[in-house]
Amino acid sequence: MPAGPPHNALQVGIPEREPGGFDGQLLAFAEDLRSEGMALGTSELLDAFAALDHVSWTERTPFKEALAATLAKSPEDRRVFELVFERFFFRAAEAEAARKEIGEGPTIHGGDQIDLEALRRQIAAALRDGADGAMRDLARLAIAAFARGEGSGVVGVDVQRIRRALGLRTEPQPDLPDGDPRRDGLPREQIRSFEAHLRRELERHAIERTRSLPPKRPLNELDRALPTGPVQDLAAVHRVVAQLKRRLATQGHELRGLKRHAHVDVRRTMRASLQTGGVPIDLKYRSIRPRRPEIFVLCDVSTSVTSASTFFLSVLHALHDSFRKLRSFVFIERISEVTEVLDRERDFRAASEAIGRDAGVADISGYTDYGRVWTEFLALIEDELHPRATVIVLGDARTNGRPPRDEVFALITAKAGRTFWLNPEPRLYWNYGDSVMAAYERHCTAFECWRTDQLEDFVKALTQPVVR
Amino acid sequence: MEEVADGLRAAGYLPGGTTALVAYLATKLDKPVLVEGPAGVGKTELAKALARYLGRRLVRLQCYEGLDEAKAMYEWNYRKQLLRIQTEADATGWQDVQDDIFGEEFLLQRPLMTAIASETPVVLLIDEIDKTDQEFEAMLLELLSDFQISIPELGLIEARTQPVVLLTSNNTRELTEALKRRCLYLWLDYPDLAHELEIVRLHSPELDEALARKLVEVVHQVRELDLKKPPSIAESIDWARALLLLGARDIDSATFAETMSVIVKHRTDLDTVAARVGVLLAKPSDASRPAA
Repeated sequence: MPAGPPHNALQVGIPEREPGGFDGQLLAFAEDLRSEGMALGTSELLDAFAALDHVSWTERTPFKEALAATLAKSPEDRRVFELVFERFFFRAAEAEAARKEIGEGPTIHGGDQIDLEALRRQIAAALRDGADGAMRDLARLAIAAFARGEGSGVVGVDVQRIRRALGLRTEPQPDLPDGDPRRDGLPREQIRSFEAHLRRELERHAIERTRSLPPKRPLNELDRALPTGPVQDLAAVHRVVAQLKRRLATQGHELRGLKRHAHVDVRRTMRASLQTGGVPIDLKYRSIRPRRPEIFVLCDVSTSVTSASTFFLSVLHALHDSFRKLRSFVFIERISEVTEVLDRERDFRAASEAIGRDAGVADISGYTDYGRVWTEFLALIEDELHPRATVIVLGDARTNGRPPRDEVFALITAKAGRTFWLNPEPRLYWNYGDSVMAAYERHCTAFECWRTDQLEDFVKALTQPVVR
Repeated sequence: MEEVADGLRAAGYLPGGTTALVAYLATKLDKPVLVEGPAGVGKTELAKALARYLGRRLVRLQCYEGLDEAKAMYEWNYRKQLLRIQTEADATGWQDVQDDIFGEEFLLQRPLMTAIASETPVVLLIDEIDKTDQEFEAMLLELLSDFQISIPELGLIEARTQPVVLLTSNNTRELTEALKRRCLYLWLDYPDLAHELEIVRLHSPELDEALARKLVEVVHQVRELDLKKPPSIAESIDWARALLLLGARDIDSATFAETMSVIVKHRTDLDTVAARVGVLLAKPSDASRPAA
């Protein structure tokens, strides 16, 4: 097909087709994946093409799985892959349809004559039984029945309006008559998937109506963020921390075999020389041990970081198992040592409760007072800080307008060997509002830490062996 | 592809759609497969079933921290070499001896070497690759992409036959990009209800169907909880066997309390499960008491 016939007015909204036919499409898809942060090499793409030689393209699942097996190489990548796959091929198919001017027609005619109550029940029954095949048609029917006219123009709003009109809820609705499938509540995933169908059909209508593709929505960065919700996400936090723990256990070992900078172990060399009549032929080296530094951790537990502090506390807990010389403190307005609590309590939940009960770190306002915390910490610990100590601060550096007293913080960092700052806010928000991160960042190594991979970067920095 | 799925099924392994597809691609593309997933979802079992289905020998390399090439690839049998030198008369020149003692005769083959040098094609399983360190991973790269091993004294040993390679990982450590790039990726997760029921039924067909369904439902409930170690398929199967042995006819709160330790293996987890799942089950009636 000659690219872009000039008479076609709808070329305004519909992008040109990618050159190179199917291969081009696949490359465009890979480009899309890369733009969402997946690392795809050429060799992976070659694998994908090779794999597609062996599966049938006409079926969706084998096609998708073959691509996934060759392109997405971790559970996180797999999640991104799913989302991008949906987005890309939906858009590609719609663009192609618009180019060829194939429409599905303006929904089903006679939306007025549909028996609304019967439709409600039919949809609910399909959801309850998980009848995935019928969902698309039912979604179209529902749109015809409930979204007459143009709708609000915002797809999300329309989806929610239709869902409410259908009375689809997860919780039981006891006032409905017996035998109504909605009475006992509907499975959450099913409602989600029906919403996805609705969204897709509505988008299709919009594309057919306006004859242009809507702008591509990048995946929400927060979809991949650290689990920060309060209690229900605790399990997810644990999984992250459990993994971190195991990694901590193996961290630092990879440099053991490295001979560079190795120091001669005189004692062992002398002993070995006995075999050769006192001539030190075999030099014995001191092995490089993974750095297990003395660590002081200060964790902000105030309300401005509530969601993050759950996470931080559990990180603290994990660190306790991995480093023997670790002292932990929590602070809001005052500082309080919780090393013993964390040593005593093996269970994280109990530990966080005990900290909430005994620590007594809040005074009146409940707002963080960094200046006072530094002063107290310095007074408490000054004599024990030495160049081999590491100080880690977990907090958002929001002083609530109080003086940051960064000169005291500088004193602490000067005494300690290394200082790390973990900030649960994205770097974008630093120094915005009452955040005084810049004042502290001068004196320490700061990490933004709101995704698991960022946490791993930090752990790597922490356990990096330092050759003395 | 259907063929592979059927073959695996005949070998006593019920693959999900993706699993069968990836196994099929692995045999077609001659690429190693990296299988990741929580413990006990049948990663190792997949390799065994694949070997049974393909009628090949399974060569297994269990990884652990500190595993090195002497234990994974090859080692010189130095005792034999010493003996050889000693029995040699003094007259032989150094060159002859050297040519002699670095021959294949003095090579001890370890799993990777065995898999490569085998006359008949094999299935090579590198189990729990995440337990080793990164150097070992790097050493595997040559093997995985070109199926060859270079031995300084002997030269290149190339694969006589193409092995099917499976690597498993519990995801305790991020594997290097270089390794992942060379593999197909398969993520095995806990199966859905129907699939797990099928698996349990396959492994203990004597178990009553209704009881098996109940069992799988309970296991799924337990998995929802925040546990240190959620029960895997292996545990479901063990539990089914335990129930068979006890002759239980229904899972009520009493049976559950007695046999819970089969699926939950942490003291704190036991408390959580007892409090959250155990109480939901029906109180035992006389009819359903275990016969034992």
